[in-house]
Amino acid sequence: MNVLADTWAYLRDPDSWLGPGAMLDLLWQQLLLTGTALAVAVALGLPLALWLGHLGRGGFVAINVSAVGRAVPTFALLAILVAADWPGSDTLGPYGRAGLATLIALTLFALPPLITNAYVAMTEVPADVKEAARGMGMTGRQRFWRAELPLALPLVLGGVRLALVQVWATATIAALVAGPGLGRVITDGFYRNDYGQGLAGAVVVAVVALVLEIVAARVQRLSRPTDRRPDPLSVNPGRER
Amino acid sequence: MTLLAEPSCYSRLRNDWWCPEYVVDRREEILDATAQHLALTVSAVLLGLLLAVPLALLARRVPRVEAGVLGVTTGIYTIPSLALFPLLLPFTGLSATTVVIGLALYALTILVRAILDGLRAVPDDVRESATGMGYSPGRRLLRVELPLALPVLMAGIRVATVSTVALTTVGALVSYGGLGNLLVTGVEESFRAQVLTASVLCVLLAFALDALLVLVQRLLTPWVRA
Repeated sequence: MNVLADTWAYLRDPDSWLGPGAMLDLLWQQLLLTGTALAVAVALGLPLALWLGHLGRGGFVAINVSAVGRAVPTFALLAILVAADWPGSDTLGPYGRAGLATLIALTLFALPPLITNAYVAMTEVPADVKEAARGMGMTGRQRFWRAELPLALPLVLGGVRLALVQVWATATIAALVAGPGLGRVITDGFYRNDYGQGLAGAVVVAVVALVLEIVAARVQRLSRPTDRRPDPLSVNPGRER
Repeated sequence: MTLLAEPSCYSRLRNDWWCPEYVVDRREEILDATAQHLALTVSAVLLGLLLAVPLALLARRVPRVEAGVLGVTTGIYTIPSLALFPLLLPFTGLSATTVVIGLALYALTILVRAILDGLRAVPDDVRESATGMGYSPGRRLLRVELPLALPVLMAGIRVATVSTVALTTVGALVSYGGLGNLLVTGVEESFRAQVLTASVLCVLLAFALDALLVLVQRLLTPWVRA
């Protein structure tokens, strides 16, 4: 397997990691893109979805956003944004060429899983908990912050985790329009018939994706208080849950 | 009115987004790309289904296998599509096979979960009655459990199909991306009519396949409407 030997050689060569446009540079670009797009999507989508879930309205919107989002290829969206006059394929500081177009496409891509999960999480808070909170005289705002949100949090964070990993994975597609990120290592490898380099880029992207997934899963588990201490009322306290 | 002929809407001078003339003039190229897109998507989902059914049935029999199967398929799902195709390349080369196998692996994740969820939703007493009526395990699966699991299973197939249509575009990396190929060349040449037409066709294809699956589901589960 010549390609595998080439891949190993490329990964071991310090020149492929260091310097402008090399892998560390691109890795940083892609992390920055992923983080920014996710943060913007969280700021835009979560408050709306949580509020709609609290009111128990707009389920139709929440479900359809994810159905439509799945049908629109991010690559097509990105291609349209890059071919347009605005935002076009200009360079945007550390985000690289076509940076703004990529950011917009990724933010839109991150919204469906965030909105759907947050909405479902809020509506699945048990009705008796909501009623009890109301019976205790809590206002709508108090019920939201002190009863519903803490119970919904693990599932809401599940949506953020899903969005994080998917945005990281999708950010590589920017390279198909000569945009920023690690996808460049893959596409450059292909266009130059250097499949060892293409494969090396793929390995790095995949490894980082798995690391992000594992770290996000840890964080999500911390938000689930019941997993850390046994439930005193459970019939079978020793049993693994 | 000018005496000079108006440049066509997809010429360099105008580069309009919406251009019916482009669609008419280049219909063969567009139809070929759409046909390739459809063929890749359908074969990937079918291959995914072919792999998912035995895996899910095995996982259901042996709980230890279930954790492994779910772990591996979830792991595959975190690998970006643009990275998955190069990872398959040493084994399958620059071919449509690479794209079909890659997309099938993604569909597999969704399908295995859907089959397991569907079978789990079959009530225990129904299963026991079937056993009591003398159904063998194989016949019980085919005649009782699968039909009852069908709505959940079909929902999974719909999700898998729609996301596969979208993901197929990335196959353009190894030049088997169907409409994705048009997107790549469209971006390279800043050719707007081509970019928009390919994008719209992609979305339409996803919705058409989804509608078709809804129809199939209705035909397969006539009792749901009763």
